[in-house]
Amino acid sequence: MSMPFYVSPEQIMKDKADYARKGIARGRSAVVLQYDGGILFVADNMSRTLHKISELYDRVAFAAVGRYNEFENLRLAGVRYADSHGYTYDRSDVTGQMLANAYAQTLGSIFTESNKPWEVEIVVGEVGETADSDQIYRITFDGSVVDERDFLAMGGSAEHVTTVLRERYVKDASLAAALSAAVHALAHENGEQRELEATSLEVAVLERARPHRKFRRVQGDRLTALLAQGHAADTKDTDTDSDT
Amino acid sequence: MSEAFKGGGRLPAAFMNPGTSSFVEFLAEVNPERLPGRADLPTGRPTEHLTPEATTIVALTFPGGVVLAGDRRATSGNVIANRDMDKLFRTDEFSAMAIAGAAGIGIELAKLFQVELEHYEKKEGRPLSLEGKANRLAAMIRSNLGMAMQGFVVVPLLVGYDEGREQGRIFSYDPVGGRYEEHRYHSIGSGSVYAKSALKKLYRDDLGESDAALAALQSLYDAADDDSATGGPDVYRKIFPLVDVITDEGHRRLPADEVAELAATVVEGRTQHPDGPTAPVS
Repeated sequence: MSMPFYVSPEQIMKDKADYARKGIARGRSAVVLQYDGGILFVADNMSRTLHKISELYDRVAFAAVGRYNEFENLRLAGVRYADSHGYTYDRSDVTGQMLANAYAQTLGSIFTESNKPWEVEIVVGEVGETADSDQIYRITFDGSVVDERDFLAMGGSAEHVTTVLRERYVKDASLAAALSAAVHALAHENGEQRELEATSLEVAVLERARPHRKFRRVQGDRLTALLAQGHAADTKDTDTDSDT
Repeated sequence: MSEAFKGGGRLPAAFMNPGTSSFVEFLAEVNPERLPGRADLPTGRPTEHLTPEATTIVALTFPGGVVLAGDRRATSGNVIANRDMDKLFRTDEFSAMAIAGAAGIGIELAKLFQVELEHYEKKEGRPLSLEGKANRLAAMIRSNLGMAMQGFVVVPLLVGYDEGREQGRIFSYDPVGGRYEEHRYHSIGSGSVYAKSALKKLYRDDLGESDAALAALQSLYDAADDDSATGGPDVYRKIFPLVDVITDEGHRRLPADEVAELAATVVEGRTQHPDGPTAPVS
């Protein structure tokens, strides 16, 4: 009988984390940022039906990067959890924090208990009454939760995207301006400059002013128009810059 | 929830299994006691007046949409249990339901149906067809059959805008879960006989949205006139019937002042003609 080699717990955890990180970095990025009317979610996603961004509840949305089957599982669990909580108590009792906690616990125990960690990183965003009460939680593969402000990028080469986003991000920007910043950052993934068109973008917003369910997908003509609007504003800015 | 959270707060397997798109089925699996109509009832006890009765509801279609309206009264025997009850429920962007019968159970049913539709939409990424919604509601009423046999009968009326056919549609139900599509107009509840007769004479195929709402108020007035369980417009307390309109733009509850104006027209007309507008004999 062969003896199993001793591997230290530190090494096991490190290997798992490396494995998950590599998996997540293989995919395309997604960004989440606040704009003057709520929270904007943008993902680099060719598919029109396999979503990376979706609605969880009235004020809460979900965005994910990594392995589709794994985050789809989490999304479904979140919808079920939110719906049963809202049905038992009240619609206003379902919060982003509650869902972020449930996700963190779930991902944390999957990370420690199973051999293969889940290669996912997710964001739970909740739009509040005012911009100050908006909440954005980032939950990573090992179950850690970070309470984010303003903007964040995840998946793919998230660091590059974050750097570009930091330069471009303006607080209380309009939807078109925020979208333009997001698309610009996503286009600079891996340091290369790509052209991102409406068809390869998945865009959704949590709109503060909307009644009932605040989540809305931005697609088709509306997305094209918003992109054009943002683009026009950008070129104008560059022109004025070069004039001065 | 305690059962559900074994394993260090991790969401239990039932939450993660791809399984069903139905919230009711999911709840039946993880928390069956939270579903209405599943409780075992003691037999042989009189069950009257345990919950008030919701009364008259009317619905009628007009070109491009459908109007749903209900009076505000709930009764418990000869007592008015509630004079400003809301019996209409927006179930999603393009549908609404109203209840008549055992109020306590009806409200719970409407709430569950709301979640059911939304849950399906979120899981599948697209809403159910109107036909699908109507069938789903039928199944949910059927599961209440045990309660209905004990006297807690609740019958809903479902209205919606069918995006495929581009028209408003009305579905009525029986306590067993039988589903019937109604054309043009329909009414349920204690005053429904009078309301429906009134609508029969008032209905025209070319009614506009506000005329359709007015016809609904007229018919509710007639129901209140002859049925003691139906509440008429209460001009002193400013309690008027509620009116929901669904068109291709979605669900809209008519604002209170708009309904107050329509109700004033009805009441004003009745001071001249107490029996309301008349239809030509031939």
